Amino acid sequence: MKRAKDWMPGLLLTAPSLIALAVFVYGFIGWNFRISLTDWKALSPDFNFIGLKNYRDLLVDERFKIDIKNSLIFTVVFMVACLLLGLLLAILLDQKLKFEGLFRSVYLLPMAISFIVTGVVWRWLMNPATDDRISGINLLFTKVGLDPLVNQWHLTPNWGMAGIALPAVWQMAGYTMALFLAGIRSIPEEIREAARVDGASEWRIYRHVILPQLRPIALSAIVILGHISLKVFDLIIAIAGKQLALDVPAIYMWQTSFDAYNFGKGATLATYILFSVAIVIVPYLIFTMRQERKS
Amino acid sequence: MKSRKSKLFGAIAIAASIALTATGCSSDEGGNASGQVEVFSWWTGGGEEAGLNALVEVFKQEYPDVEFVNAAVAGGAGTNARAVLATRLQAGEAPDSFQGHAGAELMDYITAGQLEDLSFLYDEEGWRDVMPATLLPLITVDGKIYSVPVNIHRANVMWANPKVLADNGITIPGSWDEFFAAADKLKAAGVTPLALGEQWTQLHLFETVLLGVLGTDAYNGLWDGSTGWDSAEVKGALDTFKRVLTYTNSDAASLSWQDASKLVIDGKAAFNIMGDWAEGYFRVDNSLVEQEGYTWAPAPGTAGTFQFLSDSFTLPVGAKNRDAAIAWLKVAGSSAGQDAFNVKKGSIPARSDADKAIYPPYLQSAMDDWGSNEIAGSLTHGVTASNAWKAEIDTALGLFLQNKDVAKFQAALATAAANAGK
Repeated sequence: MKRAKDWMPGLLLTAPSLIALAVFVYGFIGWNFRISLTDWKALSPDFNFIGLKNYRDLLVDERFKIDIKNSLIFTVVFMVACLLLGLLLAILLDQKLKFEGLFRSVYLLPMAISFIVTGVVWRWLMNPATDDRISGINLLFTKVGLDPLVNQWHLTPNWGMAGIALPAVWQMAGYTMALFLAGIRSIPEEIREAARVDGASEWRIYRHVILPQLRPIALSAIVILGHISLKVFDLIIAIAGKQLALDVPAIYMWQTSFDAYNFGKGATLATYILFSVAIVIVPYLIFTMRQERKS
Repeated sequence: MKSRKSKLFGAIAIAASIALTATGCSSDEGGNASGQVEVFSWWTGGGEEAGLNALVEVFKQEYPDVEFVNAAVAGGAGTNARAVLATRLQAGEAPDSFQGHAGAELMDYITAGQLEDLSFLYDEEGWRDVMPATLLPLITVDGKIYSVPVNIHRANVMWANPKVLADNGITIPGSWDEFFAAADKLKAAGVTPLALGEQWTQLHLFETVLLGVLGTDAYNGLWDGSTGWDSAEVKGALDTFKRVLTYTNSDAASLSWQDASKLVIDGKAAFNIMGDWAEGYFRVDNSLVEQEGYTWAPAPGTAGTFQFLSDSFTLPVGAKNRDAAIAWLKVAGSSAGQDAFNVKKGSIPARSDADKAIYPPYLQSAMDDWGSNEIAGSLTHGVTASNAWKAEIDTALGLFLQNKDVAKFQAALATAAANAGK
């Protein structure tokens, strides 16, 4: 037991943010969970306890199944494309280019734009109209003779979510690039030199020297991209509005709570979103805590 | 253009003078209202905003001491506004007056005890005689009236491009069977028969198909439980709806209702079913002349029926500026206010004593129909089903658009009705 003089000032200084966190994050998570156990279905609160019924109902809810499928498609396409594209751009920028700073800014810039703006612009770019009303990227395809590439984008049956992921990739790939580039730059030049002296080709240096050391960076990137993709809402609303083909849990939650005033079910959906994000983030937190303890 | 403007100014001037005399005679609480009035709506663009501004003009002349605070939240049919409103009401931060669709949608607020009884205003202002008898029951609970309707829109209108009709030798179909015959011709000629937009416009189409196939009585019965959602006639309507969808543009989900109307204007589609707010889009936004650039008729199978929706204003319990809010409601319910508002908004006034001459031809015909037709309520626009029920129907429709499975759709609709207690 240390003396109070040692730990008191620290505690006092962090107390305001600790209290704010306790109330506004954990308190509200608890409040939301409590509401999810009720059948509150009106404008005025009604805390009639019904146990886990909302959760059981959701398991057999057809719309929720579509939401999970859509969420998975979006997450996989978005994360894989961002990671690959980000890594590729980082490696290219690592080649001691002229104007590297300019390229870096150009690729990073989309991140500064909000998803709503990105969504509105890509809504026009991904115009699915055909024949004489064709426009956007499809028009570009026909002009340069790539007619077979003309497609329905986000209205493609079953795979529309992959189309929604494209603007998200456009927006976040540059950010992933910046993460990877920082990682590559933090690897001492001597290690590469040593590999070159041993006769390794540039390709093998990247494959066996650089990539393995980027693992922690890749993990951070996965966590950051993962929680964005599981909570995606604004991008879809801006591109497609509220329609079931492109529904995700966040939109379902919003409509259930604020269009249908079914706050019990809405809170259940919110809890689900929290859990799905936790599944991604908690292992990462445990991992980094262990790393820190080791060092 | 100029003549219309001067007519409008004339209307406003008349409105103002009537308003002034009205305040002159009455010495009630609203007359000396002052301070602020915060009015919440989702009228933020086009004719809607112009209508609201015209109404505010009348209000300002009548109550110059009250500052009007416009708390509008953008988003068609109130999709975003309702979320903001629900939050504010729960937080006890009610606006002084808010817009709501008369009917089941407002019932949620009434049963939650969030609205004040306005019967006293109806007595004072003599509105019981001028507000339509078909409308009042929808905003009345236990003999108390809870809102002031300002306008009436028609939902079951089929819009068409006269040139496309003439080129293909067809007329606006009177029934869905006639529509299919005409649509096959149009399809062969490379024209999209029916322009369609995003999901809520598909729900709108769905309700007009239900009305057209079932007829007025059976359609109205869907909402009070006397027509079963699992009945054979509903199945027939769903089959028709499924077939109608095959005659629509493939990119519907990416179009707004204006985009869909534009397809008709450009001659790329022959027909579009949309409420009569589309008339303002044809006439004002696109400067078209009726019967030349666009024409209309009741949606197939619905001639003689007026499927309506109505915007109304309320007095929330706990309004901070109650007197000013009552003043606002008096203006909203006055014939001067309603004429100023509706000419711009492109809807017909809720009051039966409007000055018909100042309205454009379409609205004059709508006024005639409102007076003579059978009446049915709109589902999409909050008349017939509560918010919860409507949301369930919307989800069922969304799933149907995915799998096109009529049996599943009908089962989901029946479940939704059962959940709503019908």
